[in-house]
Amino acid sequence: MSATEGLAEHGRRVYLDTASGEALHPAARQSFAAALETAYADPRRLHHAGRAARLVLDNARAATADALGLRPDEVTFTSSGTDAVHRGLLGLHRGAERHGDTIVHTAVEHSAVLQAASWTRSPTRSIPVDAEARIDLDALDLEDATVVACQSANHEVGTLQPVAELAARLDGVPLFVDACASAGRLPLPDGWSALAASAHKWGGPPGVGILAVRHGARWREPFPEDDRAAERESGFENVPAILAAAAALRAVVDERDAECVRQHALVDRLRTVVGGLPEVEVVGSPDDRLPHLVTFSCLYVDGEALVTELDRQGFEVASGSACTSSALEPSHVLAAMGALTHGNVRVSVGRDTTDGDVERFLAVLPGVLGDLRARL
Amino acid sequence: MLELDCRGLVCPAPVIELARRIGDVAAGELVGVVATDAAARYDVPAWCRMTGQEYAGEETADDGVPRYVVRRVR
Repeated sequence: MSATEGLAEHGRRVYLDTASGEALHPAARQSFAAALETAYADPRRLHHAGRAARLVLDNARAATADALGLRPDEVTFTSSGTDAVHRGLLGLHRGAERHGDTIVHTAVEHSAVLQAASWTRSPTRSIPVDAEARIDLDALDLEDATVVACQSANHEVGTLQPVAELAARLDGVPLFVDACASAGRLPLPDGWSALAASAHKWGGPPGVGILAVRHGARWREPFPEDDRAAERESGFENVPAILAAAAALRAVVDERDAECVRQHALVDRLRTVVGGLPEVEVVGSPDDRLPHLVTFSCLYVDGEALVTELDRQGFEVASGSACTSSALEPSHVLAAMGALTHGNVRVSVGRDTTDGDVERFLAVLPGVLGDLRARL
Repeated sequence: MLELDCRGLVCPAPVIELARRIGDVAAGELVGVVATDAAARYDVPAWCRMTGQEYAGEETADDGVPRYVVRRVR
């Protein structure tokens, strides 16, 4: 690809895939650089350099806990959001294995949850969802359940799940919440025993996940134990990245009241205009949703071709269509909702996205769809 | 029933074929989309919903490949 490709009309590329990963928040850069110099040692060592790293790690933990409304001793840093999901879900499952054997999860969980559940070879049971991807609480079946997994919000279509209502119906079965899609942008829901979040979704660096386990929750190490200072820790933490993640989180939480309203309005604008295009369906809840993302499916269009053509025009978006995934299976989220799975695009905005970016995208999209359909 | 052999075609080709051929049958008649592509199971019913046609259910062709049946209503 040439360096000027896709820059023609408006002079810069427009990144509309913050739900996959957001650029590093400016507030994180300085912390990151400083900690690379000072926090290189093993935080468990008793020498000066080790204590310096420990101080940075403890400060980052305190700031993270404060921003998320947690206690510092509930927070463990992991090597990714996926790692936090695996440890959170499987640790609760192991902790309850005397009470049952079945992992219950929503039909629209992230594949990290589904793969972890399947890896145990334990029975699994899915909670169905409606056409907006919201779980059907009346279909909940807790027989032999060790754990119930429910996302805070859907990562593909943005619909918020009724986590508190679900938690009220669990009758002592622990709840695992995958909060990767919402953490930072929205307050965490209540009622869970373990929760996972991911720093690069809020503008921290990649490679930092948060595993939160409530004080008193029955969580048991599902993987080989590590000889670290605290339970649940595994491996030598990336202390500079963790500090940067905490700095980004604090900044995002500080600015989120205004920023979420702004991003919500950008997505409203996208939903309105895209929803008016012929043979295009916007999916997910229009109101009860994440502020920053929208998904739509376009009849008679190949999702891969759509992503590629939009990229050529300077717009970077994601797709849940089968033709864009390695598995050649359609998105299980779209399938569970009964939504059209081909021609699917997810657009997600961030702090750098302007009204002009959204308007330019909306100006280009109808022509791209028309061209792709004309090639049939 | 008009049967469309979409074996081996990947999404969105089976649905494109369905849209091209639905007009070949009269209102009230059936079109069967025989497709190996996994997405057709979701996309044929979604197409019916989006275009105002009726999804009549899933059958199995003689070779075991799913057949998604659509009733033309308009």
